[in-house]
Amino acid sequence: MSVLRMREALRDAMAEEMRRDESVYLMGEDVGVFQGAFKVTEGLLDEFGEKRVRDTPISENTIVGTGVGSAMGGLRPIVELMTVNFSLLAFDQIINHAAAIPYMFNGQVKVPMVIRMPGGGGHQLGPTHSHSFEAMFLQIPGLLVASPSKPADAKGLLKASIRDDNPVIFIEHETLYGVRGDVPDGDDHVIRFGSAAITREGGDVTIVGILRMAHIAEQAAKTLSAEHNVEAEVIDPRTLRPLDLDTILESVEKTNRLVIVEEGWPHGGVGANIAALVQEQAFDQLDAPIQRVTGADVPMPYSKRLEQSAIPHAEHVVSAALATTEGAI
Amino acid sequence: MKTAGSDGSSAARPLPEPELCLELLEMMALIRRFEEEAGRQYQRAKAGGFLHLAIGEEATIVGTTSVMRDDDYLIGTYRTHGHAIARGTDPKNVMAELFGREDGTSRGRGGSMHIFDAEHRFMGGYGIVGGNLPLAAGLALGSDYNGTDEVTVCMFGDGASNTGNFGETMNLAALWRLPIVFLLENNLYGMGTAVERHSAVTDFSKKAEGLGVPGVRADGMDVIAMREVVTEHLRIAREERRPTLVEAFTYRYRGHSAADPEVYRSREEVEEWRKKDPIEAFADRLEAEGVLDTSSRNAMRERVDARVLDAVEFADASPEPPLDSLYDNLYVLGAQGPGWYAVDERAPRAFPGEREAVHLEGQARELAEAGAAYGGQAAGAGRKPGEEVSDRDEGEAVEDSEAGEPDEES
Repeated sequence: MSVLRMREALRDAMAEEMRRDESVYLMGEDVGVFQGAFKVTEGLLDEFGEKRVRDTPISENTIVGTGVGSAMGGLRPIVELMTVNFSLLAFDQIINHAAAIPYMFNGQVKVPMVIRMPGGGGHQLGPTHSHSFEAMFLQIPGLLVASPSKPADAKGLLKASIRDDNPVIFIEHETLYGVRGDVPDGDDHVIRFGSAAITREGGDVTIVGILRMAHIAEQAAKTLSAEHNVEAEVIDPRTLRPLDLDTILESVEKTNRLVIVEEGWPHGGVGANIAALVQEQAFDQLDAPIQRVTGADVPMPYSKRLEQSAIPHAEHVVSAALATTEGAI
Repeated sequence: MKTAGSDGSSAARPLPEPELCLELLEMMALIRRFEEEAGRQYQRAKAGGFLHLAIGEEATIVGTTSVMRDDDYLIGTYRTHGHAIARGTDPKNVMAELFGREDGTSRGRGGSMHIFDAEHRFMGGYGIVGGNLPLAAGLALGSDYNGTDEVTVCMFGDGASNTGNFGETMNLAALWRLPIVFLLENNLYGMGTAVERHSAVTDFSKKAEGLGVPGVRADGMDVIAMREVVTEHLRIAREERRPTLVEAFTYRYRGHSAADPEVYRSREEVEEWRKKDPIEAFADRLEAEGVLDTSSRNAMRERVDARVLDAVEFADASPEPPLDSLYDNLYVLGAQGPGWYAVDERAPRAFPGEREAVHLEGQARELAEAGAAYGGQAAGAGRKPGEEVSDRDEGEAVEDSEAGEPDEES
């Protein structure tokens, strides 16, 4: 075990997989000479050279499409989009090609590519640079979606993503790049998709936290325990597609209450999706309506106080959890 | 009236050997007959959706494909039945795809706009205008990466030259010296808009120069002229490792798609271009030079006719895809564990722990059949839908996957 920052764990994952498999290569804006906009790819150009670590022009749709084409031809690209915000420019290639090609051509080719990008807000970057699009990506059949919140999970899932033959949307978080955590040593730490992590056990309410909100959920759980005598079970799904719904259902069976917290918008969000599935599959287990805590339904404002009021904090999650216990049937 | 930018009469270019000439002619005639038949089948609602026919563009297609190597890649637009056939795909399977049947090139998943044949390196069939350009860059990147010398030929229309993909891909291809021949099929219209009305620069061969990709014009109605130009540009890509653009001046005699009432061009204009029919012109030349005579010309017509009607018969007999196969190839499953990959909300009862292979039983099957019935009754002799469902035990992979060993991690 070593203590690593998330950006280091991600870098190690890529380096290990690139050493292991010649067909894995990386491209993106400023991933090489600049060492990565968020320093995730630091040192990779030095080790692997220009053929395998490619700085690209600012052409998101074409960078992704080029990745798809190269994957169809047998390579395994890792495409870094500087942030989730710029993925909007690449949606045509992501949805109409990466996700659809294996299906619409009846499996004649695969698209084994990983599209990595950090999302989220909280740094006063304003409405066009603060998006959380995990809900949009998880909607699309044909894509896999990873959303790790801890360094060990990030490393294990990124390795799994690179080895996976499906197109993977690998969502990171700008604020989490510096987070430290224990990461298993060695180069074979791989976490399979569809496996949620129960980060805290409890019997009173289930709290599912997405990406950075997984940490917020843990904070809220501590407060709930210390100040309200409510023991929360905290679940980090780690992958949104496939979703380990069974772990969530088992937990709800135990606690009978569910709170889902995410940074994205409420309509059609990750919480909306999970809530629909849980009420469908475990209606009789629920003792209270499912609570969602989400980012505010607005474009993200710049002002520091306004922005922070628009993002979920532990207080909101505590309040939502208590609402499920107080509203118990 | 626009004229083709050809540099002199086609008689200036010598013919290749007689046998090859006859092959070229027959392939063009096969494509023509196929497209005409596809149009007829569309009228009868046997083919559905959108149907984009390349009637008139045969010389551009065959002139290009006939000089490509087997291991070169070809990627095109949504108007590519002929491109696949020219690369070697059996017309039977193309027709079956248009009919949406099991024996279609993509088992009915893609349709007319998404023909694909990995075996012959016809890499699709794409519905988004310009969307195939980055894919071409990716295929070429693979050749560069692996140090191999196959070339990617990327075909697209005049309309696509205005998309963002065009600018981005030209820059990237030039910057990274990708071995691509960009083949722009200028048929003078982007759907219903004439080139002067959609492009500030109508000399498309020049359009990418500012981005680093030089271009030339070619007579897209002359199969020999196309062969000559494309041969040279394949050589440039293969040996000099840089992209170039070939603008093929051509014309489509039918509308943009089968639903096009063609209000944007005059009948006289179409008639003028009909006089330059690439197939008739080539056949006339072959007759004049003694390579073809009337009886062999007729025999060829009959052969081609028979092949296309065979294809229709084959497609008619091919069964509809089974409803249970709806989720096939959605994901490549291998080392992953269970998890909710896809959910099926078509039936009111919830399925516990679904995977994307939905075993339709009881009410779920009834509802699936009820939905499918809106698409007409299942057609095809022999196999009935549902008979192909194989026994899939819990935990077995849905589709044959090459994705490695089963994961032992719990």
